[in-house]
Parts: sequence; structure tokens; C-alpha cells
Amino acid sequence: MTKRREFLRTSAAAAGLVVGGRLIRPAEAWANTFAELAPSDIETLLLQAVDALKSAGASFADARIGRYRRQTVATREQQIVNVVDTDSIGLGVRALVRGTWGFAGTRNLTPDGVTAAVREAIAIANANRLPGAAPVILAPGENHGRQTWKSAYVTDPWDIPVEEKAELLFRANAEAAKVPSVRFVSSGMSFVKEEKHYANTDGSILSQTIIRSDLPFNVTAVASDNSDSQSRGNVVQPIGRGYEYILAQDVVNNARHWGEQAAEKLKAKSVEAGLWDLVLHPSHLFLTIHESIGHSTELDRALGHEANMAGTSFLAPPREKLGAVRLGPDFMNFLGNRSEEGGCATIGFDDDGIKPDDFLIVKNGMFNDYQTTRELAPSLDWWYQRQNRPLRSHGNCHADSWSSVQFQRMPNVSLLPGEQERSWDDLIAATDKGIAMLSRGTYSIDQQRYNGQFGAQVCYEIRGGKIVGQLKDVAYVMRTPDFWNALDMLGGRGSYGHGATFNDGKGEPGQTSAVSHFCPPARFKNQRVINTGRTG
Amino acid sequence: MPVMTRDEAQALIERVVKMSRADEIQVSLGAGVENNIRFADNRITTAGGVNDLDVRVFSAFGRRHAVATTNDVTDEGLQRAVRQSEALARLAPENPEKMPLVGPQTYKEVDGHFGSTAGATAADRAQAAGVTLSAAASAGGLKAAGILLVNDRVNALGNSAGLFAYRPSTSVDFTTTVRTNDGTGSGWGGANHPDWTKVNFQAASDTAIAKARLSRNPVRIEPGRYTVVLEPQAAADLVSLVANAFSARSAMEGRSAFSKPGGGTKVGEQIMDQRVSFISDASHPLILGSPYDNDGRPVQPRTWIENGVLRNLDYSPFWAQKNGVPVIGTSGSLIMTGGTQSLADIIASTERGVLVTRFWYIRPVNSRTLLYTGLTRDGTFLIEDGRIARPVQNMRFNESPLFMLGKLDAVGAPVRVSNSEAMPALRVRDFNFASVSDAV
Repeated sequence: MTKRREFLRTSAAAAGLVVGGRLIRPAEAWANTFAELAPSDIETLLLQAVDALKSAGASFADARIGRYRRQTVATREQQIVNVVDTDSIGLGVRALVRGTWGFAGTRNLTPDGVTAAVREAIAIANANRLPGAAPVILAPGENHGRQTWKSAYVTDPWDIPVEEKAELLFRANAEAAKVPSVRFVSSGMSFVKEEKHYANTDGSILSQTIIRSDLPFNVTAVASDNSDSQSRGNVVQPIGRGYEYILAQDVVNNARHWGEQAAEKLKAKSVEAGLWDLVLHPSHLFLTIHESIGHSTELDRALGHEANMAGTSFLAPPREKLGAVRLGPDFMNFLGNRSEEGGCATIGFDDDGIKPDDFLIVKNGMFNDYQTTRELAPSLDWWYQRQNRPLRSHGNCHADSWSSVQFQRMPNVSLLPGEQERSWDDLIAATDKGIAMLSRGTYSIDQQRYNGQFGAQVCYEIRGGKIVGQLKDVAYVMRTPDFWNALDMLGGRGSYGHGATFNDGKGEPGQTSAVSHFCPPARFKNQRVINTGRTG
Repeated sequence: MPVMTRDEAQALIERVVKMSRADEIQVSLGAGVENNIRFADNRITTAGGVNDLDVRVFSAFGRRHAVATTNDVTDEGLQRAVRQSEALARLAPENPEKMPLVGPQTYKEVDGHFGSTAGATAADRAQAAGVTLSAAASAGGLKAAGILLVNDRVNALGNSAGLFAYRPSTSVDFTTTVRTNDGTGSGWGGANHPDWTKVNFQAASDTAIAKARLSRNPVRIEPGRYTVVLEPQAAADLVSLVANAFSARSAMEGRSAFSKPGGGTKVGEQIMDQRVSFISDASHPLILGSPYDNDGRPVQPRTWIENGVLRNLDYSPFWAQKNGVPVIGTSGSLIMTGGTQSLADIIASTERGVLVTRFWYIRPVNSRTLLYTGLTRDGTFLIEDGRIARPVQNMRFNESPLFMLGKLDAVGAPVRVSNSEAMPALRVRDFNFASVSDAV
């Protein structure tokens, strides 16, 4: 731990580093910066930044100091592939000056580093004010005072020796490898720990600790003559919990079953293309939700902010779509939230300093709301007035690092369970000719989120309400509104599951975010299935 | 001047190497300033500048190894990263495939650092974005979005075996998508180069604007097999996927498109049209990439596919030793050659076909056949009698670049499309469009 005195001493050497985006004294710039900071040092730097941005003319400003740690352990069969621990800490400052944003990030966590970053952010905001451009107006802020928040973890993965992690993976790999024709097993663990500190001109000083865990596992079976190979992966869903979740997955006892699924796929019947009823498991359905409903209801996309990268949305313009588009049957409801325990997007406060709320994106089958930030929400004032709701951001602002500019990212977007208590097995039993699909496979969707094509890890043929064997080469092609309107059966609360992704990409420069989708199993009538096994 | 001089980088790396108590240590350094300006809805939306430095420490005790990275370069911070990598390495099980570090090397000089780029200011960047914004505004009825990314970086590598490698580089990446206000048209343009003065912002903007206007109110054509003309960007989107399968190990283990049924690889076999060659060459004027790989091995010019015949697959150090062959590093860069025509020539000689500007959301469907799926985006047109006749709706493909490169009709001259790729425009027969998308 650096003592206060040393902290001040090291800062003195690093004056005036950045001018107009150009480092002018590189040697000093990469020298003394910081070591571990005490909480009081962090708060001092945050408040210095916010005060300086305000004094320089910002109508709103915020500062974030974050430490972002990742650990991955990767194995194959009975050997280690890699163990990597990454650690990054720095400061990001953002200023709204006469309606234009400026941002600067620095790893130089000293008073002089803050001064240089503030100067740079203000310079950028001023350089970017083009004549005639509409100024940015923010939805109301909130003063939360001093708050701390911690995600739902019991065991910090950094408290578990890497040896123990590798040992668990080796045991699971060995079990999977016992299955004849299984030739390769790769597995790993991936952990994220974020310690985020935030202050803004509304007066909030927020400290949050977030842990997420994942266990990728992939088994490959190869035909004896090398003519075919089939894999089973994505068996464990990432989550916003700690090492206790990894242990609860019981991978050693499950690994053999996953290996058998891969081996069985080698002998599976190639699917007959045509119309099938689909029974989709939460471990698969989450990604279809993510791509078709999650991304299409992001307000920045609807307003064109992502036109050059992630794309726009079929749910645009907002004035023509909100409350006017039927996306599914009356019993279909999608909830946006950042409060679901264990959700990968779950957080106490967003990177606008807002406490996120729960909101219905789709209500009784009708399109009801977009995901928003403070910058985006004011454009929906007309809609909120019509509904007698106050204008407020839903708290969906996020940056993936101290060095990234925060913008609108997806909260947990979840399909609520049906009122009737039905299970996965009930849905299969009620289906005469269908395909039951588990875990994410191939996936692709267009930039407005109409045309999607999705495969799975395991596909079972259903005949007369029973599973009769595996199918391979299966993918369904869907058009978002048609697909969700074909939803005819939902599992109940008891069947509620989840799936998540650690690396949802959006924005330029590209940023990733982690997000969960909770859902029951669901059935979709008469979906177009193609055969992906063509050879020429 | 680069953000960090050779001497400064070497001094920092040596400082870390000296802290080591492990059998081996390797230190990778990345330092840089990244500036970006993003625009959408005809205004600048976000912009930022970030300076950062990452130190990656690889420590090994015998066959046990681990990596720790940090961006804290105080003595205390570096010590912490070294000790963390050592602690993890001691705990990690032995890796039977662990190979020794690479010793001192000689590299070919590749000058990829340009003062014009390093010196670009916030005002220069705003002005460059302004080229598109003002062109879109004066054209009327259009909305422009895009990104300008400017990087000024130093990468360096050193280890306890005496290796030291240093590479300053710059890059400018500019892309823009212009949409018509009625939401029925969208066009894309892009440009990139390490040298700011060689990035033609105006041309990229003009292309995007022209395509946006031309693509308004697209007509639906039925999915099926079409002759397609792929612009260099669209060609790169698909062709570069072939290089992902260049692993000799995967091929020999029976799980790749280059596995030979019954065992072995397809090296030596004709796998695509005989006009096509794939080479990688960091010093090629269209690339100007890194002359060394992540472990400090010199990147040699390499021919992967020669006149349609698979000549090489990559061999990692372990796999090379196991098979008694020299190490062949991964491709790093990819240049496809085979023709001299321009895009305009190829369009003019096309009787009927679909012109594709770029592809989107490309994902693997079948690793054995390299079958991928994805969609066209931001400028898809029907060519009739050598001219662009009308815009068509975007479509999803299910196609393998390997199948595709066996169905070539015409090959253009390669042009730079990214920091690691130079691709030609292509005309391909019987390209498989599987479904139509309503997306614009």
C-alpha cells in the first residue's frame, strides 16, 4: 500500500503530460504514476476531477476510478494451456460542456494526472462543438450521497488457488475423455472482478464491487476415420456470482454425460429441412432473446447512434413503434432490470450515477419501452407523459473499463414465466413433431434484428410427445416479430432458467458487456428449419 | 517521435526481467495513446483520448508457467505483477507442451510509425469527422454515423533469454455509414492507413453517401444461387476466414477443413481456383505490419496457397518439434492475389449479379466445411448488363469461403482493407443466399 506521502511525492514528477491528445514528455509520462491507493486517495482524486471539470465549464461531469481484474485458467485434456491474471486501473473523466461531451482516460492516478485528463476532456468537448448541432440534454440526475454496493458472491475466486481450479478441470476432462470416440476436451474458468468508484456533479460518491464467473467446457468426438467431428460445449452459463457457483455446477459428475452427447451426435440423423415446432431450453433461448428483443429495444440503436457498427433497429422510429407494435401473444412479457440476483448486468448504480429500475420492455405482447441512459431518455418524454410516468433514465449506462466512454448497454432482459406451472418435460410431452434445442450454437442476426439464424449444441427430435434421438445440422431461420408471435407455450416459474454472455460487443471503439437473460422453456409453432450439413 | 523510445522500452523491460526469481521470464509491453471521435445523427456523439500502458509478465519454473498483466509501472506495481505471475506459475500444473523462450533475433525493418498520425490533434480529428458530417448535411435527407480511431503505439518484448524487440506504430481507421432519412437506404465507406495523409476521408464519405442514395427502396429478389461481385471489404470478410483454419495441429487431429479423411492434411492438394494465391508478408507496402510475432520470432513472408494448391499450414513450436519440422508462425497478415482488374472492370463485365459492399454478423456453422452464415449490409445492388441496375434487399448467406474460392469468375488486384489484410474484388458463381432480410 502506498502511503499518502509517497502518493503525493510520486505525483509531483508527472506534470503536464497530455496536450491536445499528444504526449509531450513521454519518458515522464510512463514513469511514476500510482501504486495501490487508499479509499480516501481515490475519493480525493474523484472529487478533484469533478470540481475541476465543473470549474472549467461543465454543466455535468463525472469521474470513474476503476480496477478491473480478470483471471483465466485454460486446460486441455490433462494439461494446462494457460493461466492469465490481468489487472488494469485508471481514471476516466467525462464532461458535458455547452451541450457537447468530452472524455479522457489516464492511468496516471495522481493530482497532476487528473489535471491533465480534465484539461484533455474539456479540450475535446470544445473541439467537437459543431455549428448548428443540437445540444445534449440529460434526464434528471440523482444525488445518492455516499453508497457502496456488492454483487451476489459468497467466495471471491481470487481466494481460491489456481491449482485447485486446474485440478477440478482436469478431473472433469478425464471423465469426459472416458467416453469412446471423445478425443479432445478443452475447459477453463474465467473470472472478473471490478472495483468501481464513481463521483459526479450531482453529489453521488458510489463504490461498487462486482464479481462474475464462467466455466467454458467443450468436448469433441471424432469419427474413427476422421470423416466427422462433433462437439458439445456451452454447458455452464456465466453468472454474476463467485466461486461457489462453479462448485455447484458439479462438472466432474456431469462431464461424462456431455461427452456422451458429443459422441451421440456423430451418429445423429441429419435434420430434414422444413417446418418444425421448436421447444427451446432456457440455455438456448436466452441468446435468441438477447439478439432479437434485447438489441432491438436499445434506444441508442433506434436513434441511429450505432448505425455504423451494431446497427439500428426494426423498432424505430420510437414515435411510430412504442405502444403500437405487437411483438407476441398477450401472455408474453419482457422485463428489463439490473436487480436480478446473479444477473451479469446486475448493479447497484449505473455509470450515469442512476439507480436502475425494473421496466417492462414488452407488456402483454405489446412493445412498451426502450433501454435508456440519461442522455437518451429525454427523447421519450412524450411517451412517459402519455403514461403518467416521470421522465427518468432506466439506468442502462455502462463502460467496460475506466478507459472507455460510457454509453447505453443492455440490462438483464428476461422473458417472464407463464402463469401455468409447466415444465420442460411438459412442453415436450405436448408436442407431436418438434425439435428440442439446448445451449447456444451458431447464431447470427441482421443489423436491424429482423432475420436471425440460430443453432444449438444438442437437438433432440420429438415425435408423439417423446424424445426419439439426436438430430444434427439443425438451424432455424426466424423473423423476429413472426417468431415471437408463434410462441404458444411457456414454462412456469418452476422451470425458470437463465443464460448469459460475458462478451456482448457494441460501440466504437468496441466495448464488451456481460448480460444475463432469465426465461422459462418455450415452444414456437411451425418454424423454418434448415439443414446446415451441405458439402458443396 | 514514438510514445516511448527504444531505450526507454528496453530499460523498463530490463527492470522487470531483473525482478524475476523464476527460471524464465518474458515481458511484453504495450504503450500508447488512442484517440477517437464518434459521430451519429449528423453530430459528434462521443470523443475521447486515452493513454495507457500494459506490462504482461510471463514467468516459468520448469514446465509450470503463468501470466500476469498490470498497467501500474511503479516499482511496487511491477514487483506485484512479477510476484503474481510467479505465484500462479508455481501453483499451475506442468504443461508438457511448454517450449523454451526465443533468444536474440534479427528483424527486417518495417516502418509503420508516421509523424503525421502521431501529431493529429483533437481539432484535426473533429475536422476529419466534419468532412462526412458536412457532406451529408449539404446533400440533404441523410444521416451520417461513423468512427475515427487514431492510435500511436509502441510494442516491445524482452526476455531472460536475451531477446529484445521493439516496434512503434501508428494507425488511422475511419468508417462511416450514411442512411437516408426515410430509412430505406444505407451506404458504407471506409479508409485506413498508418499514415494520416494517406487516409482519404472525402472519398470514403462520398462512397457512403452515393451508396445510401442509390440503395433507397430496395426490391426483393428470391433467395437462391447468384453470381456475386464482392467488393474488397466483402471479399476480406469471407476470405480471411480461411486463414483461421491454417492450424496444422487441428488438421492432423482430424477436426479441421484441412483434415484429410483417413488421416493427414490436405497440404499439396488443389483446394481452390488455380488463379488464387494467399501470402502473408508484414513488410508488404499494403500491410506494414509487425516484423515479429508474440513470442519474438521473426515473421517470414509465407505462401499459404499457391495457384490454388495448399502449400503450408502453421506449426506451433510444440507441434513443429513433435513432428520434426520447422516452426511456421500464424499468418498475421493476409494478401490474396490472382488478378489485376479493378472493381469497376469486374462490374462492367458482369451480365447479371449481386454487388455486395460488406457482410455482417458472420458466424461459423460447420467447422469441417468452413460453412459460415452472415448477411449483406449497407449497399447491396443488382448488376445487369455491366451496370448497377437497382438496389436489392439484404440477404443471408450460408456459404463456405472454400467452396466460394472454387467458383471464381473474376479476380481483381488486392487493395488494403485493414491493418492486416489486402484483398481483391471478386466475382463468384452460384453463391448461396439462403433467406431475405427486411433490414436496411
